[in-house]
Formats: sequence, structure tokens, C-alpha cells
Amino acid sequence: MNDLPVNLAYLGAAVLFVFGLKMLGSPRTARRGNALSAVGMLVAVVATLLSKGVVTWHWIAIAAGAGAVVGALAARLVAMTSMPEMVALFNGSGGIASLLVGAAALFPGVVGEAAGGDAAISAFTAVTVFLSVMIGGVTFSGSIVAWGKLAEALPSGALLFTGQRLVNGALLAALVACGAFFVHAPSVDSPYFVAVLALALALGVMAVVPIGGADMPVVISLLNSYSGLAACAAGFAINNNVLIVSGSLVGAAGIILTNIMCKAMNRSLANVLFSGFGAVRAGTKVEGEVKPINAEDAGLILEAASAVAFVPGYGMAVAQAQHVVRELGEMLEENGCEVSYAIHPVAGRMPGHMNVLLAEASVPYDQLVEMDDVNPRMANIDVAVVIGANDVVNPAAREDETSPIHGMPIINVDHARTVFVLKRSMASGFAGIDNPLFFGANTRMLFGDAKASISALIASLKE
Amino acid sequence: MELVPVYLAFILALSIFLGFELISKVPATLHTPLMSGANAISGITLVGALLAAGVDGPDWLATVLGAAAVFFATVNVVGGYLVTDRMLGMFKKRPDKPAPEKPEQ
Repeated sequence: MNDLPVNLAYLGAAVLFVFGLKMLGSPRTARRGNALSAVGMLVAVVATLLSKGVVTWHWIAIAAGAGAVVGALAARLVAMTSMPEMVALFNGSGGIASLLVGAAALFPGVVGEAAGGDAAISAFTAVTVFLSVMIGGVTFSGSIVAWGKLAEALPSGALLFTGQRLVNGALLAALVACGAFFVHAPSVDSPYFVAVLALALALGVMAVVPIGGADMPVVISLLNSYSGLAACAAGFAINNNVLIVSGSLVGAAGIILTNIMCKAMNRSLANVLFSGFGAVRAGTKVEGEVKPINAEDAGLILEAASAVAFVPGYGMAVAQAQHVVRELGEMLEENGCEVSYAIHPVAGRMPGHMNVLLAEASVPYDQLVEMDDVNPRMANIDVAVVIGANDVVNPAAREDETSPIHGMPIINVDHARTVFVLKRSMASGFAGIDNPLFFGANTRMLFGDAKASISALIASLKE
Repeated sequence: MELVPVYLAFILALSIFLGFELISKVPATLHTPLMSGANAISGITLVGALLAAGVDGPDWLATVLGAAAVFFATVNVVGGYLVTDRMLGMFKKRPDKPAPEKPEQ
């Protein structure tokens, strides 16, 4: 196949990606959209394999075969609760692939006609190789650290030290300087190329280390965006349209998600990236009396309720409580109660984390409501059941100007008639902020493991 | 020849705007599948990897880099699409009647 049909196939693939992404926007069409985008990928890959650029097959067959097996097994076996880790690893593999493609573009023959045999590497190619190695490297090592934090292989809190910003600034400056030297005299064996690679990997680690576990939704979406931008830079390096189009679509998608996450925390991206929020322990200390309740009494109140909203957080994922929550929800519905699941945009460790878990437990998606939809009718809700969430329902965000999370939009569960808070013990939440909700007049604390507590509620309702 | 970078930059700019338009209306419920689906698309770097690995050049290092890139990009593509499909298969509308398989109407 020569260039024209291959490029037309790339055009077709790009169109399929666009339609696929468009259809991902609605739960009814999302699955077909994903399939459509997979078809686009297949078209692009087959066209590339048939192009005259690809002349040897055996390495491709081995590498692609191994990659497909690993990818398919990972996708099948991963538990829904571990989805953030999985996404982090996939981001990382996309990042390192783009890095390698960028590096390979330094060799003659890879860039296609433009490089022409053993001609010197053009400045344009050199700049784009630098960019793909830099972005790919940061994506890769950043994703590995993010994975480590999510899987708790690394401490999930923020790691801060004095002069951190100075060190990171110096790293970035050194990276750009080495990049400039590399572009000045580009070659495969340039020592500056190795330096760029090492500095990019170091920068990725340093960039994610100061970010605490509760801020992970932002980091995951940002790394998602980087993995797209890395593919885009690799596309520039090898003069390939379809890489540029698809990479920038993904880059834009990641940036939008990042922005949504930041807004949901009322913080700027710079603040998330540099402030090491998770390590800060400040705000007004709240004191008061907590009113515990046992499952039997809570069951009686639920039985009498006509509108119940569940508000899940990361604790529900940890306790794997989503299935019993759905069971309790169904029992309440049979009892004539209106049940909804109110989900804060940053609940959990990645965007949409809670929605996936509840969908796994067969909660219909029309019962999953967003923060802005549930807040106006909170006063009509008889019981709000908070399951392993803390900061996203903390009224201090609304009322206490000294609170570090002041201004963050929250789910106003304290406006419901009664609030049940399911909590392991009286330790404060991830961000270490005291939560006045726990001392509210209409709040009852149900202590214990979330799954065990919900099961106890179910048992008490059955009686 | 000097215009090639400019054309590529045109494509870049327009694609980014298109991406913003496409994604900005996605409901929060679908944020995770959107992210992993988009991530699978970023595996398009596989195309570059195939070109790098398939070159019959004098330098074996290019082939090694290309083959490693093919491996990682394939993990990204295959894993990304499959896991997205698995997740999306779980999102179901409330069935009006107990319909076992297809709740669409």
C-alpha cells in the first residue's frame, strides 16, 4: 500500500475516534462509542502494517502478541475497586510507548520520506523528539508513582520537604537546557539525550510525590492528558497526522476532566500540584459531642423514611460495601422509599470512581445523581447516609473561613432531616480536617466497618 | 517542506478545540469510562511504534526501541478498550420490567 490509501485510512480512524468520543457522552450510547473507537484503532493499525514503512514483521508480532495478552488479562482480572491503579498503569504504558517512539525517530528511516536515508536530523524533528521524550518520560514515571500511591505500595500522603519547589524548578531548567543542547546537535548518542531522558523521569517522580491521596483524581486526569500530549508529540516527531489528532483529542479530554476536578475542590491546578495539600493540618478544631446510634435504631428510622440519599466516598471502596449498599437501597425502595445516590465529583480516587463501583453493584445509572442536582432538594430528604465520605460532606467548607477546604462545593447532607455517618472510628478524614458534621444536632454516627454496618442495617430492616 | 510543521500545527490546534467541544458535555457518571476510553485512544502511538519496529534499518537499537514501544502501546490499547467495555457493560438503566438482557427500548 502506498501513502495515499494509508493516510485515507488514518483519516477514517480519526473520524471514528471523534464519533466514539462523542458517543461516550451518554450512558445509552457509550458502549457502542467505545467499540467504534476500537474499530478506528484497528483500521489505523492494519493500514500501518500494510504500508511500505513496515517491512519486518517478526518483532512486531512478538511484541504485539505479548502486549495484547498482558493488556487483555489486566483488563479482565482487575477488580473495579482497583480501577484507579489500572488507569494509572495504562497511562504510564502509553507514556513510555510515546517516549520510545520519539527516541526511535532519531534513527534513519523511521520518520518516513522526510528524513530520507541518512540525512541529518532536522531541528524540527529534534525539538519534537525532545518533547515526546520529555512528556512521555514525565507521564511514565509520574504514573508509576501515582500507581504506587493508589496501591499503597508507597505512602499515599503528600511528601514535602523544604526547597522542594526550588529542586523541581532546577530540574525543569536543567531539562530545558539539556534539551536545547540536544536540539543544537541532535544525534542518537548525544549525552544530552540521555540527560533529557533521566531528567524527565526524575521530574515525573518529583511532580507526583508532593500530591496527597485525596488529590489523586486531579493527578490521574492530568496524567491522562499528558499521555495524549505525549502521543501528539510523537506524532510530530514522525510526521504522522493520526497521532497528532488522536493525541490532542485525548489531551483536551484530560484537561477538561482536570479542570472539573479542580473546580470541585475550589482549588487551582497550581495549588493542587504544588501545595501538598494532604500534608496540611490546619483549620478550626471542632469540638462537640458525637451521638452514636446502633443498627437497630437506625433501621427503624430508615423504615419510616420516604426519601433516602446515600453519599458514598472512598471508604465505601475500601470496605467493598457497594453490593450491600445496593441491597439496602432495594429493600428501602420495596418499602416505598425514594432512594438516590448522591455523588460528589471528587469522591474516591479518580473521576467517576463511585459511579463505576455502584454500576458494578447493578445500581441503575438513573439513580446516580450529581451534587448540583441533589443539593436543592436536600431539605426534603429524610435520611442521608454517608458511607466512608468525609471532606466532600464537611460543612466547614461552607461555613468556616479558616478551614483549608473553605469554598469547596460540598454535598449539603447537614440540611437533610437526619444524617447517618458510617465511619470506622473517630479519626479525621484524609485531609486531617475536623468535620463539624459529626457533631451536628441531626447527625447520628454508626461506627464500624461500612460493609458490616450496612449488613446490620439490612438485618434490622428484615425483622 | 518548511510548511509541513505549520500544517501539523493547524491539525493540532483544531483537534484540541474539537476535543474540548466533544468532552465538555460528558456527565459525571461516565468520567471513569471516558478517561479509560480516551486513554485507549492515546495508545494510537502504536502506529508510530509499528513504523519504528518495522523499519529494516541498519541499526538494531531502533528495532529494539520500536518493539518495546509496540509492547507498551499494545498493552495500552488492548487493555484500555477492554476495561472500558467491561465498565460500560455495567452501566444499566433501571429496567421497567424484569428484562434479563437488553434494557434498551
